[in-house]
Amino acid sequence: MEALKYIGAIISLFGSIFLFLGALGLIRMPDVYNRIQAGTKASTLGTILTLLGIGLIMPSWGGKLFILIMFVIITNPVSSHVLSRAAHHIGVNMYKNTVTDLLEKDENNTNSKPEKQ
Amino acid sequence: MIIKRFLISFLVFLAVWLLLTSSLQASSILVGVVVSLIIALLFGIKAEVFGEIKLSLKAIINLIAYTFVFIWELIKSNIDVALRVLNPSLPINPGIVKVKTRLKSKTGRMVLANSITLTPGTLSIDIKDEFLYVHWIDVKDCDLQCATEEIVKKFEKYLEVIYG
Repeated sequence: MEALKYIGAIISLFGSIFLFLGALGLIRMPDVYNRIQAGTKASTLGTILTLLGIGLIMPSWGGKLFILIMFVIITNPVSSHVLSRAAHHIGVNMYKNTVTDLLEKDENNTNSKPEKQ
Repeated sequence: MIIKRFLISFLVFLAVWLLLTSSLQASSILVGVVVSLIIALLFGIKAEVFGEIKLSLKAIINLIAYTFVFIWELIKSNIDVALRVLNPSLPINPGIVKVKTRLKSKTGRMVLANSITLTPGTLSIDIKDEFLYVHWIDVKDCDLQCATEEIVKKFEKYLEVIYG
């Protein structure tokens, strides 16, 4: 029982390290899309590990924690996708070293076609 | 189709109830069965999300395999992001690329887009018909075919069997 508590605490610690790295990514990354990338991935695994650690410390909470993990896995990518899509729609500037933007190109193509006809 | 949606949504609601209450007393299970029966009859039969999964042995095996592939990719992506953030020179080479998917069902495409977001260095931004627009943190110099190969293939082969 004691050993399980220590393992849980260590796993929770790893989770908070990932959450910290996600926060650091938010500061260090140059534009909105890269920031969302860092934020989404790190916060997903960070939250999952933290909840797993709590589950090992408090085994009777297992079911609820499992549901929380499932909801985090389903909703986290959806919210980041919607944020980045909205950012692209209103034309937030991209990082200066960005290589390609095919979405921009395709949108310009479809928007300009009806005007010519 | 409606029966399948009803059955799967009923089982999902009941599983959520059992996990939330985490008790196996007859009274609590009975309440759960009645409540999830009513919700499944009212809303479950209209929810397309529950109807598109295939119910065969092959699909279930693929679902289990997909879960493990997904967890492995999630861990890899986190280590990848952590190394990029901690590297003083910040090695990023971002861009938005276009990939093509063979999946037909809406739920399959949704799961694919979510999986792409949680894998190393990619973030799905938009979907138009069968083309997904993906923000890639480290763009390799390649075209539609090769980007599809790199980003989509590893999930598509499982999701194709699960959702079709």
